[in-house]
Amino acid sequence: MSSSEEWTHPGPDAVPATGAAPTAEQVIAGLKATDEGGSDLVQLLTPEGERVQHPDFAVDVTAEELRGLYRDMVLVRRVDREANALQRKGELGLWAPLLGQEAAQVGAGRAMRARDMAFPSYREHGVAWCRGVPPTDLLSMFRGTDQCGWDPVEHRFHPYTIVIGNQVLNATGYAMGQRFDGAVGDDGGEATMAFFGDGATSQGDVHEGFVWAAVYDAPVVFFCQNNQWAISEPTERQSRLPLYQRARGYGFPGIRVDGNDVLATLAVTRWALDQCRTGNGPVLIEAFTYRMDAHTTSDDPSRYRLSDELELWKLKDPIERVKVHLVKQQWADQEFFDHVELEAEELGARLREHCSSLEAPPAERIFSQVYAEGSPVVDAQRAEFLSYHAGFLGGER
Amino acid sequence: MAAPTVDRADAGAPAAVQTLTIAKAINSGLRAAMEADPKVIVMGEDVGKLGGVFRITDGLQKDFGEQRVLDTPLAESGIVGTAVGLALRGYRPVCEIQFDGFIFPAFDQIVSQVAKLHYRTQGRLKLPIVIRVPYGGGIGAVEHHSESPEGYFAHTAGLKVVTCSNPADAHWMIQQAIACDDPVLFFEPKRRYYEKGQVDTTAAPGPLFASRVLREGTDVTIAAYGPVVRTALEAAAAAEEDGRSLAVVDLRSLSPLDLGPVYESVRRTGRLVVVSEAPGEASLASHIAAQVQQECFYSLQAPVLRVTGYDTPYPPAKLEEEFLPDLDRVLDAADRSMAW
Ligand SMILES: Cc1ncc(C[n+]2csc(CCOP(=O)(O)OP(=O)(O)O)c2C)c(N)n1
Repeated sequence: MSSSEEWTHPGPDAVPATGAAPTAEQVIAGLKATDEGGSDLVQLLTPEGERVQHPDFAVDVTAEELRGLYRDMVLVRRVDREANALQRKGELGLWAPLLGQEAAQVGAGRAMRARDMAFPSYREHGVAWCRGVPPTDLLSMFRGTDQCGWDPVEHRFHPYTIVIGNQVLNATGYAMGQRFDGAVGDDGGEATMAFFGDGATSQGDVHEGFVWAAVYDAPVVFFCQNNQWAISEPTERQSRLPLYQRARGYGFPGIRVDGNDVLATLAVTRWALDQCRTGNGPVLIEAFTYRMDAHTTSDDPSRYRLSDELELWKLKDPIERVKVHLVKQQWADQEFFDHVELEAEELGARLREHCSSLEAPPAERIFSQVYAEGSPVVDAQRAEFLSYHAGFLGGER
Repeated sequence: MAAPTVDRADAGAPAAVQTLTIAKAINSGLRAAMEADPKVIVMGEDVGKLGGVFRITDGLQKDFGEQRVLDTPLAESGIVGTAVGLALRGYRPVCEIQFDGFIFPAFDQIVSQVAKLHYRTQGRLKLPIVIRVPYGGGIGAVEHHSESPEGYFAHTAGLKVVTCSNPADAHWMIQQAIACDDPVLFFEPKRRYYEKGQVDTTAAPGPLFASRVLREGTDVTIAAYGPVVRTALEAAAAAEEDGRSLAVVDLRSLSPLDLGPVYESVRRTGRLVVVSEAPGEASLASHIAAQVQQECFYSLQAPVLRVTGYDTPYPPAKLEEEFLPDLDRVLDAADRSMAW
């Protein structure tokens, strides 16, 4: 696929090809919103670990590359499980688990090039990994010692954004800048990725981002991880239509990819980024996946979803299918898997150790960097604060 | 209505007196309002099956159905904007904004439409909308979960803004806010959600838009609202041990402000400390200070002091103890006032 014009998309009245056409009641009940998309779902590696072909998104991976993607996912999952456990031990105030979304994030993250820019929400630990953000840097916000633990310029990975949808407009503006700067047009061009959830697609900011990106041909890939839930609300609370089909209304391609398939996600995202960097404007990707854990460590999913659903999705585990494929192909032996496991253990230990070493910053941090050019009001308050604290014995309260 | 600090749980208390948390008290207030008026509907993110992230709407969808307790799409402008339309259609929507920092996507609808339609139509359109907002810090949360945005709304003409500090008020004020024909922003002190107190579900409540003296005193008046009312009461108790008498006024209504009881108390004490978690610059606390110096100029023996959050964004959670007005800062301000 070389240009957005060539992108063939179902007509406005077409229903996704799921076999039998749905009844009107099904559509009205919003059942389409969570339908897997049938033949529209791009998949390259089945849950059973079989390689399958897709006419538009061929991808050639070497054994080494696939082992790399496997390793990424295992390590990212370990970071996630470790941080989740740290929260349970009271070491973190909160954690937003990514369990189940490793393939979506690693596929997208590994499709990016160094010069591309990423705007995450708050669950993109796997993308952070691919951007070279040390996993330990993810902890400070969740521990409450800081609000962004990494250098967003160095890693080209924006701070986590908590307010749903805000970053989509920010990403679009950044991409507009890339275009205005002449940084798009050929294979050496830049692109931007905006990450958000299915719930976020209801926010005005996200719609506005779509409009802006289309109008200005901004080189931005809108990467929606449809993990089926926005806290307690299923996707049909946000949309009647499969989310990827919305793109058509804004005038750019929308693709639904199996978000538990790292190869398909990689291929589709690479394609989309190439569209962007060569000047063809935005693309929406809906990575169809599942949040296997709670929304955050404060959430109780047993109140709103059935364990059957979870069991079903366990069969689609993004890591297992790669492992099966590697074994079947004889691309990896036990030694390799043991080695990755060992790496994961070490990473986990490093994370635990780092976490407890993260101290609260000095209280003056309250007043630091409120403004780029300072403010006499803040300066006066800092001075007052310090002298007030000096009044307590040894600074103790 | 008796101050909630008064203990009435003794034998012989009427059966209608229950011990509830603020969270449960709002829930029971919502339930009572929904039972009383079929036009009352609750809407917001996760308010249905989950019962809201703080469980304030727990059980309501089960009992009142999906058309009266709406799990809305995830969009605050959408929640408030559609509530306007529903209100025009005769409903009394109670919107939940999940956390303080997420009210801003709805800001435009609140200040442009909710606040002004009654005025623009010279009373032909009424907007009996309640917007519930868990607010304030102290729960160790990540950013946007600990803010005190009430000042923006008190600043906007056409809105009424109230906040509760105890279960009895929580139970009654939410019902009164829902019954009010004007739009009401109902700020809930989230770090106090699980504090218990007595609620008399039969005794007639006092007026909604009124402040209340919780504790008489002769040396310094403390005016506070929401989460820091308790801090002020604790400061008053601590000061008493040192032989100092602090009066505590719970403002309850932030717009309109009912400063009468504050003036009265200041005329007795000659001193005022205003306590609020919100940053102080251009704030409610500043406004109260200005009003009091205007009305009580000849009674004041010290300038009005403010103990507020600092004029910075809300800091990382590990520093919030330093940011939030605490007992020490309130006592220190009282000392400074006395030393004048
Ligand atoms: C503007 C705004 N409203 C509400 C919230 C509270 N909140 C945090 S995450 C979330 C659900 C988001 O769901 P989705 O967009 O599907 O992303 P996911 O967390 O599933 O990845 C909500 C309602 C918020 N952070 N920001």
